[in-house]
Amino acid sequence: MSDHQHPHHHTAPLSEIEQRVKQLETLLVDKGLVDPKAMDELVDTYEHRVGPRNGARVVARAWTDPEYKQRLLEDATSAIMEMGYAGRQGEHMQVVENTDKVHNMVVCTLCSCYPWPVLGLPPTWYKASSYRSRAVSEPRAVLEEFGVNLDPDVEVRVWDSTSEIRYLVLPRRPNNTEHLNQDQLAELVERDAMIGVAVVPVPTEAAA
Amino acid sequence: MDGAHDLGGTHGFGPVDRSQQQNFVGEWEEKVFGLTLACGMQGKWNLDQSRFARERMDPAHYLGSSYYEHWLHGLELLLVETGLLSAKELESGVAEPAGAFKPVPRERVRGILEQGSPTLMECESNAAWQIGDRVRIRNEHPHHHTRMPRYIRGRCGEIVQHYGAHIFPDAHSESGEKVPSHLYNVRFSGEELWGDQAAEANSAIYVDVFEPYIEGPAS
Repeated sequence: MSDHQHPHHHTAPLSEIEQRVKQLETLLVDKGLVDPKAMDELVDTYEHRVGPRNGARVVARAWTDPEYKQRLLEDATSAIMEMGYAGRQGEHMQVVENTDKVHNMVVCTLCSCYPWPVLGLPPTWYKASSYRSRAVSEPRAVLEEFGVNLDPDVEVRVWDSTSEIRYLVLPRRPNNTEHLNQDQLAELVERDAMIGVAVVPVPTEAAA
Repeated sequence: MDGAHDLGGTHGFGPVDRSQQQNFVGEWEEKVFGLTLACGMQGKWNLDQSRFARERMDPAHYLGSSYYEHWLHGLELLLVETGLLSAKELESGVAEPAGAFKPVPRERVRGILEQGSPTLMECESNAAWQIGDRVRIRNEHPHHHTRMPRYIRGRCGEIVQHYGAHIFPDAHSESGEKVPSHLYNVRFSGEELWGDQAAEANSAIYVDVFEPYIEGPAS
C-alpha cells in the first residue's frame, strides 16, 4: 500500500488548457490589464442578467401590440431599445417574421454572431461546425433534426450573420393562446424559436 | 482569408450535437470569455482584428478544438501582436514589469456593454445598388480578413435591403481604419448556391454583403 494516501478529498488535476488559462489570468491581473472584479461582472452579466427571457418579452409584446410589432419590423433596434435591451452584439437589429408561408432561421457561418442583448450568449451547437456548415446548404434537414417539419410550400429563409446586423426571428403565435397575457405568452417563447430552429408549441393547458 | 472558419456548405460534420446547453463548459471557458472581453476594453484591437486572430489558427487545430479554445488562441496572439504582453511573459507567466497598465474597473463594465460598438457611418457616396437589383458577387480570395463567405463568391442574388453604410470589415481588420461601405442584404436561391441537385426545394439564403464584394449586375 502506498503511504501517500491522504484522508482529504482529491480534486482532479488541472488539464493542460485549465493550467494555461490560469497562468494567463494571473499574468494579466499582475500586468494590470484585467481587474478580476470586472471579469466577474462580465460573466455575471451573461450568466444571470442578459438572456433569452429578454427576447421572449419582445416577442410577446409584438404578438399582443400590433403597433409595437410594426415598429419592431420596421426599426428593430429602436423597438428593442424601447424595452430596455441594447448594446454589445445588438447594436443593429433586424427582426424577421415567421408566417404560414415563410420560416426564418439564423446562423453565422464565419464565426458565432448572435444577438446578445435579446438572447444572451449563443448555445454551443450554434457555434459548432455542424450547424454553421449545414444551416445554409440543408436547412430543412437541420430543422428536422430539431423536430421542425415544414410543409414543402413553406419557404425556408436562412439569414447568415456576415455583418454587424443581428437577426432575431419573430415566431408564430401558437393557436389557443387568446386568453393569455403578455407575461404568460413570454413564458412560452424559448430561445430556439427565436433562432428559428423551433416553433412555439401550443401550451398544454390550452391544448387539453 | 479562406480559412477553416469559413464553414458554410462544408460536408462531413454530422448531426447537430445539442447535448451541451450551458453557456460555459467548466470554469476555464468562463475565464477565457471574461479575459477576452476585459482585455478588449483596453482598446488595442477591434472586433474584426479579433476575428482575424481566430481565423489564423492552424486549420486542423481550429476544427479539432472547442469554441473557447479559438478565443484563447486569438487572445494570446493579439496580446503579443499589440505589445500588451511579450512572448516571453506569455511563456513564463511572469509579468515584467508588473502593474504596467491600468485595467478597466468593474464600475465601467456595464456602461461599456450597454453602449456597444455601433458600426453605422456617414458616407459621402451614394449607394450603387437599389432594392430589386440583381447582382453578382466577386470571385476573390483575399488572404486578409473578409466577411464575404466562400459560398457566395461568383454567385448572383437580389438586393433585398440597404442597411446604410457600415464600417468595412476588411479595412477595419487590416489597418484599424473605419472606412464606410454601403451594406446590403442579398437573397440567393438555394439552387444558385448549391446547384439543382444538392439544393433543398423552396429555400433561400440571405447574406449581408458589403458593396466592395459586388462585382456588378448579374448578367
